[in-house]
Amino acid sequence: MSDPVAADTLASAGAAAGLPLLEVDGLTVLLEVNGARRAVLRDVSLTLRPGEAVGLVGESGSGKSMTARAMGSLLPPGAEMRGSIRFGGAEIGQLAGADLRRYRSQVAMIFQDPRAHINPVRRIGDFMTEALRTNHGVSRPEARRRAVDMLAQVGIEDGDRRLRQYPHQMSGGMLQRVMIAAALLTGPRLLLADEPTTALDVTTQAEVMAILDRLRHQSGLAMLFITHDLELAAAICDRTAVMYAGQIVEVRASSLLHSDPLHPYTAALTAARPDITQTTRRLRAIPGRPLSAFEAPPAECAFAPRCPHAADVCRAAGPGLVEIDGGVSRCARARELRGRLQAVPDG
Amino acid sequence: MAAAEASASRRGLARLRATGPAGIASAAVIAVAAFAAAFGPLLAPYDPDLPNLSLSWAGPVGGHLLGYDFEGRDVLSRLLAGAQSSMLGPLVVVILSVTAGTLLAVTAAWRRGVSDTVISSGLNIVFAFPGILLAVLAAAVFGAGLPAAAIALSIAYLPYIARVVRGAALKERGQPYVAALEVQGASATVICLRHVVPNIGPLIVAQATILFGYAMVDLAAISFLGLGVQPPTANWGVMISENQDGLLAGHPLPAVAASLCIVTVVIAVNLLGERLFEQAQAARG
Amino acid sequence: MLAASLLVASFVIFAALYLAPGTPLAALSGGQPLPPGSAQLLEQRYHLNEPFLAQYWYWLDNALHGNLGVSITLRENVSTLIASRIWTTAGLVLYASVIIVVLGIGLGIVSGLRPGPLDGGVLVVTAVLAAIPAFVAAIALIMVFAVKLGWFPALGNGTSLLSNVRHFTLPAIALAAASLAIVARVTRAAVRAEGDREHVQTAVSRGIPARYVIQRHILRNAAVPITTITGITTASLIAVAAVVEVAFSLNGLGAYLVQAAEDKDIAVVQGISLLLVTAFVVVNLLTDLICAALDPRLALRDGAR
Repeated sequence: MSDPVAADTLASAGAAAGLPLLEVDGLTVLLEVNGARRAVLRDVSLTLRPGEAVGLVGESGSGKSMTARAMGSLLPPGAEMRGSIRFGGAEIGQLAGADLRRYRSQVAMIFQDPRAHINPVRRIGDFMTEALRTNHGVSRPEARRRAVDMLAQVGIEDGDRRLRQYPHQMSGGMLQRVMIAAALLTGPRLLLADEPTTALDVTTQAEVMAILDRLRHQSGLAMLFITHDLELAAAICDRTAVMYAGQIVEVRASSLLHSDPLHPYTAALTAARPDITQTTRRLRAIPGRPLSAFEAPPAECAFAPRCPHAADVCRAAGPGLVEIDGGVSRCARARELRGRLQAVPDG
Repeated sequence: MAAAEASASRRGLARLRATGPAGIASAAVIAVAAFAAAFGPLLAPYDPDLPNLSLSWAGPVGGHLLGYDFEGRDVLSRLLAGAQSSMLGPLVVVILSVTAGTLLAVTAAWRRGVSDTVISSGLNIVFAFPGILLAVLAAAVFGAGLPAAAIALSIAYLPYIARVVRGAALKERGQPYVAALEVQGASATVICLRHVVPNIGPLIVAQATILFGYAMVDLAAISFLGLGVQPPTANWGVMISENQDGLLAGHPLPAVAASLCIVTVVIAVNLLGERLFEQAQAARG
Repeated sequence: MLAASLLVASFVIFAALYLAPGTPLAALSGGQPLPPGSAQLLEQRYHLNEPFLAQYWYWLDNALHGNLGVSITLRENVSTLIASRIWTTAGLVLYASVIIVVLGIGLGIVSGLRPGPLDGGVLVVTAVLAAIPAFVAAIALIMVFAVKLGWFPALGNGTSLLSNVRHFTLPAIALAAASLAIVARVTRAAVRAEGDREHVQTAVSRGIPARYVIQRHILRNAAVPITTITGITTASLIAVAAVVEVAFSLNGLGAYLVQAAEDKDIAVVQGISLLLVTAFVVVNLLTDLICAALDPRLALRDGAR
């Protein structure tokens, strides 16, 4: 449906009724790469419920950023999108003009490199209040007041002075907090966080994660947290989805990801990250290199060449998604390998 | 040694091919002009310097494809003969300024500190003199003529090439291979000449090509003003100024023909230079 | 840095006198024979018997007070001769600058924001225009608009303000042509580059309307490279104006400079050169100042100066 007001109401009602906030269904995205149309996402399906935090994990080229961009309606020009993305029941691919802008204030996005994503020649105050003043008709003094409040919430005191500063006068960690604060000012329902802590040092990373977690629980915000770090996602997300070669290969409750993974790739990822309490003679790496969606052959499992459990059935056809124990797996042998995929340290 | 030279020229040709159809077409135009510059006086069908006032401004007739100029000389022959000074002048300017500029820039980038400050400040001051102004000043002091103008332009262009080379050389200096060479005991001169300069070679070539275009325009302008190549020596810039009155009198061909020669070569040089520059930037990442 | 540049430049201009073959006296007289008393007069006036640096000081001091010496050929004060011609050159350069800013930046912005056939056309036209030296453009313009079409006069200054504008139109276009093409290309590239920047994505992702994204995030950020190239090309007009003035027989400083160089009228050459170099440096300085105002990150560096 394309009535955005109704969609808003539906989304709020849905929250009460447990209906999904954002539904991605069979999303396939094709881009023009070196003159040829290639798939960067293949048949991606994911659902987010109101107030839920979902992690999206994968290596470079797995398509996680592209998924977030598709959700934020920020696909590059010339990209072709198939499948559907519905927000509160409304198909976002069909939104335009004022409706699209309203959607954008409901779905906020924060990015990996805050310094590149904030206009360097304008003041922080302009950056933070721009959306409020332009789209929501809030007066400048009122917008500044709200910005100062939000800055305090992300741990930046002396907000009045900070609003007058320029981005180059602030550190990376502080800029990321500003970005988070700015994103939350319009009261969004969903936050798409694209590797927000990757560019930060570990201490700042922990601070920013804590802020995100606290604010999320405070406002009942849903979040899609994208990262290449499985542990990080599992730490603050209720569910985690793993992507490989442009496809979702597993969705699982975060607490079970380590102990009971449903896909060999997930198991390999957890095994590759050594536990600080154990000794091992050598680090386990996954042989080969990660594939992008368009490099994967369509008629077989994309992970088969690197998978220690690969069998003929894996190379016969591209595996579909199977539901196991509340989670989802794209492994043709998921049921039979259940329980045997657990990460075992190399002694 | 011969094999290394052969592979170097093969690399050069490969780079040329990689500039696309526009780059190749431009190179072809420049090659034609260079050929004319080398063999112009031999190729000219008629004597380019012999005046015959009774034929002045006569239009194209018989074997005279482009007619006669204001002194009754065959225009086509004069254009061919003029290619020499019109192409040679810029070449000399480019060779001088690129050589001196690269030396200064690499020295500044290598030594840094005081040397860098002194050289950079000096070049900044040269920046204050537009090329044409310096050439006019040189003409006033040393008398009008191509050598004075060429040297003046070479000096005026130093900052342009030096700035590009200095930036690139600074970046190269920070590369691990330079440190490795230093540890092995290679001297600064060897490192700079045998490693750094060849690595920024494509950038230098690209910038040199662009400067050739500037030099052509500036030298033609100076000759047009009467302060460069002196008539009756054939030169495209001089031809425009000599035949300018013809424009108002209904005989535009000589001036227009000379203009077209200049513009065609400059467009070709600019196009090729731009392509080479993009290529060099892309390769450096 | 500005003062240092000008000082050294003035020194070079002054020293040119000594680089000339022969004695300074011969250079000052333009190689012409002097009547008996004149040699002594010249020696006194130009302090030729004093040390080099002292002479430089006298010359500079005089120049700063408006006394630039006397023309050998015309026997008038150089300052007077300059004053009568300066408005021609200034008017020409100003006219050309306006054309460059309006057409160059305008075309660059339109072409940068809208990929398509218009953009392709602009690219081709600017590639050709950028290669056309001012005097070639002059030839073409004279031929087409003055001779064939008769819309504009081909030569001369004009008498009243209105006729001045008519007389200066073709020269201004000739002067502006190549620079306008370069400014358009750089503007287009800058607008394109800014459009691809990540912070523009951020603005779009927040639903900022397109016209604000263009104004506040693309154009505002492209303003620095655009200002830089416009400043550089405008400064270069100061020298190239000489060529256009000669082509159109305009009575300006540039044409006079060329004439004086041919006549070896050193004092005039020095005076005009000093003026032109100063103008060049001032324009570049203004450009830097505007850029520093536009980009707060530059202001930091500038403060260190």
